Amino acid sequence: MNHFNGRIIPILLHDKRGLIKTREFQNPVYIGDPINSIRIFNEKFVDELVFLDIGKTRDELGPDLSLVSKIAEECFMPLGYGGGIRNLNDAKKLFSCGVEKVILQSAALKNFGVIKEIADFAGSQSISISLDFKRKSDGRYELFSRDKKIHKGIEVEKLLTEVEKHGAGEVIITSVDHEGSMSGYDLNLIQKIRSLISIPIIANGGAGKFSDFHEAFEAGADAAAAGSMFLFIGRLRGVLINYPTDRDQEFQEYVK
Amino acid sequence: MLGPHRQDWTGNLQIITIIDAGIGNPSSISNMLNYLGVDVELVKSPLSGKRYSHLVLPGIGSFDSGIKKLNDSGWSQFIVENFASSKILGICLGMQLLTSGSEEGTESGLSLVPAYCKKFDSTRLRTPHIGWNRVEVLKKNHLVHESDNSQKFYFSHSYYVHSENAEISALKSTYGEEFVAGFEIGNIMGVQFHPEKSHKFGMKLLNNFSQL
Repeated sequence: MNHFNGRIIPILLHDKRGLIKTREFQNPVYIGDPINSIRIFNEKFVDELVFLDIGKTRDELGPDLSLVSKIAEECFMPLGYGGGIRNLNDAKKLFSCGVEKVILQSAALKNFGVIKEIADFAGSQSISISLDFKRKSDGRYELFSRDKKIHKGIEVEKLLTEVEKHGAGEVIITSVDHEGSMSGYDLNLIQKIRSLISIPIIANGGAGKFSDFHEAFEAGADAAAAGSMFLFIGRLRGVLINYPTDRDQEFQEYVK
Repeated sequence: MLGPHRQDWTGNLQIITIIDAGIGNPSSISNMLNYLGVDVELVKSPLSGKRYSHLVLPGIGSFDSGIKKLNDSGWSQFIVENFASSKILGICLGMQLLTSGSEEGTESGLSLVPAYCKKFDSTRLRTPHIGWNRVEVLKKNHLVHESDNSQKFYFSHSYYVHSENAEISALKSTYGEEFVAGFEIGNIMGVQFHPEKSHKFGMKLLNNFSQL
């Protein structure tokens, strides 16, 4: 639970090894078993959880429903799942498994119509679009993806408009440059996206301390996500799953 | 996983029946109830003549699609004819389907509650309303006993329940404007938020419901 005005959301990445964590989308570090980790977050009463399965097999086979069901069973808070969702059919199966929100990237970029199909079926609040951005030398942003693809020719402004127009409930905006750094969000990126759409924005990439969340909200985000911050502790990045509780002293400074 | 069996005053086994008409996600609700040790069954179509002591109506999706599926499953007719003998809890869209209708669609709701569903003004408010929010207890009800300041529930919706009759609202929440977060009229209860996704606060509510 938190007293910020916006949601604070752990983002968990998963591949065939289990939970992993990347830095600028590279050099994955093994974190642990997904079920155990999620159980811990559940016990800490997190606001919401996002689980992204970024293993390559998801592209061909679609979501691992058996794993997702097990995860959903551990969640007494909203669960968003992303990774290999191809179409409305995949989304329906995920909803049946207990997922609140389906998170799409590639499928939506290929065809905005799939956003509308899912939004029409389950409501806008059930579909989020995840977009990853890298900052260019001229300060502008380009769309990026984990398999190192740069989506050339996609105009960011038009893309965001289309995503909103087709009924997406919210967007998860990840700064590739800041990911894993724990040095703060890319506030320019958040402000830029905020100027383009009116639906909720979940900021991701770079969170390292509580004041980062505040900055993200000030910049226009409605929710703040974090990966490394909730998985590692200390300078040497020992793995320890953590999430702010009411008792946390530093946290109290930011209670509104 | 079966919990300790509860029995009502006649000695009948207390079971919570979740309406499984394809308009919501019964598994999350069933999951939390199981955790609480409550027996649960998922029922796609009602058996005529059967008495269901506790009915939960989950709902995700659009109003028209929801009410049509509820009609097709036989549950709409069953609820309207038998609501006096069941405690009913509508959740999210499920709560909205108990009202007379919604700006979201053209179909009529079950009209068991004199209220109507309106859309949040997306020109003024970030829509959908997604996130944790407080509820205020306006009148004594069986679901949420006090206005506890730390108590929050998870909301995820673009439409909300509104009534001209202020008496309807048992729980009030504010998002831009005030709206009905929960009602209780006789046996018929509804909450806009998702107790099954509101961890300890939702568990308390579902436990309260199952004890009725």
